[in-house]
Amino acid sequence: MNPLLIPLLPLISFAAIIFFGKWLKEKSAWVAVSASALSCLVSFKSIGEVIGGRNFHEAFTWILINRIPIEFGISIDPLAAVMLFVVTFIGTMIVVYSVGYMHGDPRYPRFFAYLSLFLFSMLGLVLSSTLVQIYVFWELVGLCSYFLIGFWFEKKEAAEAGRKAFIANRIGDIGFFLGIITFFYATGTMRFVDIQPEFIQAQAGSAILTVSALLLFCGAVGKSAQFPLHVWLPDAMEGPTPVSALIHAATMVAAGVYMVARLFPLFHACPEASQIVAGIGTWTAFMAAFFALTQMDIKKVLAYSTISQLGYMIAALGVGGMTAGTFHLMTHAFFKALLFLGAGSVIHGAGVQDMREMGGLRKSMPITFWTFVVATAAIAGIPPFSGFWSKDEILLSAIGSDHRIIFWILMITAAMTSFYMFRLLFLTFFGETRGKRAPHESPAVMTVPLIILAIGAAGIGLLGSPWAHHWIQNFLAGHPEEIQMNSFVATISIAASAIGLLIAFIFYILNPDLPKRFAKKYWLLYAASSHKLWMDEMYQATFIRWFKQIARFSFKFDEAVIDRTVNEVGRKTVWTSKIKNWFDQYIVDGLVNLTGRLTQMTGAVLRLIQTGYIHNYLFVLLLGVLIIGYAVFNT
Amino acid sequence: MNIPILSWLIFLPLSGMLITLFLPRGRHNTIRAVATIITGLTLLLALRLVCIFDLNTSQMQFVERAGWIPQLNVFYHLGVDGISLLMIFATALLSFLACIASYGIRERVKEYFALYLLLEVGMMGTFLALDLFLFYIFWEVVLVPMYFLIGIWGGSRKEYAAIKFFLYTLAGSMFMLIGILALFFASNPHTFNMLELGQNTFTLRFQQIIFLALFLGFAIKVPIFPFHTWLPDAHVEAPTPISVLLAGVLLKMGAYGFYRISYPILPEGARWFGPAMGVLAVIGIIYGGFVAFAQKDFKKMVAYSSVSHMGFVLLGLAVFTTTGMNGALLQMFNHAMITGGLFLLVGVLYDRAHTRDLDAFGGVWVKMPVYGGILVFISLASLGLPGLAGFVSEFMVLLGSFAVYRWMTVAACVGILLAAAYLLYMIQRVLLGKQNPKWSQLKDISIREIITLLPLMILILAIGVYPKMILQYMTPTIQALVGVLGGNPA
Repeated sequence: MNPLLIPLLPLISFAAIIFFGKWLKEKSAWVAVSASALSCLVSFKSIGEVIGGRNFHEAFTWILINRIPIEFGISIDPLAAVMLFVVTFIGTMIVVYSVGYMHGDPRYPRFFAYLSLFLFSMLGLVLSSTLVQIYVFWELVGLCSYFLIGFWFEKKEAAEAGRKAFIANRIGDIGFFLGIITFFYATGTMRFVDIQPEFIQAQAGSAILTVSALLLFCGAVGKSAQFPLHVWLPDAMEGPTPVSALIHAATMVAAGVYMVARLFPLFHACPEASQIVAGIGTWTAFMAAFFALTQMDIKKVLAYSTISQLGYMIAALGVGGMTAGTFHLMTHAFFKALLFLGAGSVIHGAGVQDMREMGGLRKSMPITFWTFVVATAAIAGIPPFSGFWSKDEILLSAIGSDHRIIFWILMITAAMTSFYMFRLLFLTFFGETRGKRAPHESPAVMTVPLIILAIGAAGIGLLGSPWAHHWIQNFLAGHPEEIQMNSFVATISIAASAIGLLIAFIFYILNPDLPKRFAKKYWLLYAASSHKLWMDEMYQATFIRWFKQIARFSFKFDEAVIDRTVNEVGRKTVWTSKIKNWFDQYIVDGLVNLTGRLTQMTGAVLRLIQTGYIHNYLFVLLLGVLIIGYAVFNT
Repeated sequence: MNIPILSWLIFLPLSGMLITLFLPRGRHNTIRAVATIITGLTLLLALRLVCIFDLNTSQMQFVERAGWIPQLNVFYHLGVDGISLLMIFATALLSFLACIASYGIRERVKEYFALYLLLEVGMMGTFLALDLFLFYIFWEVVLVPMYFLIGIWGGSRKEYAAIKFFLYTLAGSMFMLIGILALFFASNPHTFNMLELGQNTFTLRFQQIIFLALFLGFAIKVPIFPFHTWLPDAHVEAPTPISVLLAGVLLKMGAYGFYRISYPILPEGARWFGPAMGVLAVIGIIYGGFVAFAQKDFKKMVAYSSVSHMGFVLLGLAVFTTTGMNGALLQMFNHAMITGGLFLLVGVLYDRAHTRDLDAFGGVWVKMPVYGGILVFISLASLGLPGLAGFVSEFMVLLGSFAVYRWMTVAACVGILLAAAYLLYMIQRVLLGKQNPKWSQLKDISIREIITLLPLMILILAIGVYPKMILQYMTPTIQALVGVLGGNPA
């Protein structure tokens, strides 16, 4: 089967639902489910071929620039294969889950149309063979994100959040766009197959290459919600929860990580750029974990957690751990999708999103609870769940490349992660039931995907464990890598998780009054965390305000200066012609008239002579003759 | 009698106008039918022209030449190359679609369609003429019906807008006329033939002066900042179909003038002005975007977005590379499709709500799902979403200009952000949010209105997905032109 079918099937589903959704109604969900499931099957086959050592590449010329063809195509290598697996498999689970979650929504078909469009775009992105192609699909997934965040667009917050996401991403994408152009001018290619270590090394360290690497990274900063463009992702939680799971946790936001991994030879050849990448990733991981500590909305906690984990991946790539970052991308996709779907199930069952109104759900929602426990253990880094292995791998790359500060910051972040996740777990599922509504477990169409994802979240990490001989790392690197489990790193990492778990246990199970007292005592820290360092407010007060002011000023300028000048020129012309008219009327015409009048007057005077009587004329004639005669004879 | 195809393109609408004039006043449907058939036939002719067009040459094709005023060496001289072909097709297509959109006109229908068809004559002639004298005549022929179409069928300030449009453009064409006459007298032997003029070599100083004179004429039409203020007024007052033609075709006449006259005849002058044009382009892109963001009137917003988008055309023109100039020409075509579509959509909403105040709407998508979908689609094309037409041309322009003006390109990229800002803001205010109870009775877009938009949407998508389809028509001609300009032919 042709790998072209992988993105094509969801596209067909999109077209079918958007044009025939009116008639398909409820059935449109099953169109989307079957399309994504089939696409998943086809991609498994392609992945199998890649595992067997046969990469896939096919492309056609899109446009010619400077006689260099810019291609569109499909290429599958190990990196794309991993991503393909994540997107199609988790995507299918989430589409199935949505059948239950979105039940009864007035725009039910449209939701599945958008989901299908998203899967098409995301798969197009994953399979991209050139920078331009990845940019095209990059924008398309952003568009789907915009549609789905604002799916309930009657709600003002949802509409605003969608726009915010799109604009924040656009800011990053301008960098990405310029990065593509600079890269093209520096190297003369846009094809990923050309971006090999040997090819890039030839111009390593050149300024233009470093600039282009940083510009390209801007795209990742936007899409993967890295500091300082991370502000859109928490707001994106206005979208339906399956969307948060699929787009804003498992797949689309990881596209930035994927892109950097795809361009890894480039970043490897530009150490200065890599340092910045590592720095931003580390800071984002720490900062977002810090914000997550105090959030009360269950989805907000998960949103900041996602930002933090994406920071982990970016940091990994920055310190040179391409396989570690990608491995974490995969495990994170499983446990974070599971966490979001679990949260969705909780919201579905309890009817609220604020954790203060939850509590004690463990009895009424057992399946949701147990799968959630697995996911929490995985993200907190408790062995042998998946998160432990990939996080360990990242910490190893940090220490292995001698980034000690980054290593310790990430370690502290790991403890914080463990704390806020168990805090969430305890607040939601343990203690007294604080909600007003009787919660109920979700239907099977939602819980079955939870169970399947839980199996993945628990076990997928084993692929990168010593027991599997670090299979995934070797697969991604394309050759066997020397990986040593470092008992020092593993021990500290387990200790960090345990400390986080322990503090959460003390705070939220043993002594539930403690958090309040802590918040009061360290109020500044608490406020800094719960207000997310006031960054949204800062942006509002500066960039956004300036933007609006410039717009208003430009318009005023246009009316009061440019257009006024035009109108003044017009008015002056009218005015000048009035003066000219007066001049014409009174001076020029006046002179003409004066001439006429003078002639008339002369005529009138002369007419007095013209009496018409013959004897008068004879008299004058005689008089004339006499005068002339007198004059003649006198001389 | 065997009338060649290019003359058909001019004389078919002209005969349509005459037929309309002889039809009885009250027979509105007959008049509409005649106008539709005539513009439809013209479109078919243009399609046929596209089909038989030879892709492998940069020479003029289907040339027609006949003496007209032999004393002055003036010829009736027509021809088509890769540059004008696209414009002719866009003119024919938009004239046909806007004609269907004109069914809503209820007053003085006969005069309207007569003037409408005369307008098409002028537009076609401008893009077909190879004789400067003939070009100038068609250029002015466009002005007259446009003046009346805005001034009679326009909105509340129609007289002001129509006179402003007329006088402003006329002032521009005055400079252009001086330029044309200077070229005539400077050439040896005296000629108005564009192709022969291109073979003359003029001194740099002469080229600079004449370029400037022609520039004023074209710049006002494009419009290039700071000569753009007639545009929002004219657009706001003009009836919908006329806005479509104004944005879709008339603005292109200005940019076309650079391709057809200024560049091939005055290459050194053009190169000398290149950086200045680049600066004006970037100002236009950013400034237009900001002003569009500040608008409360839907139509005015689209009008200012035109200033921003046409800035990309100028930027591509200012770099003298095949990539940039290809991109600029494609941007002209795309802008015709996209902005034409946007104006049609503004009209659809205005016909129902009788207001264009963006803040007066909200939640319209619920009542008008199909309309909402189309509006979002075309807005996305306008904001340069990849996969749709606008992206390809902006990408090519920026890629081309980056090699020449690095920092200007960076600044122009801000325009991409601005487009997203004002268009999404518009979508939010019109389509999203709580439904305003005032509009609970809105009817969704009708089949007739969809017909006017569908071809545009198909083209927008097709060009976005497979731009080679259209680039192949223009590339040979552009390459030859870049060769004349002594720019980088790559």
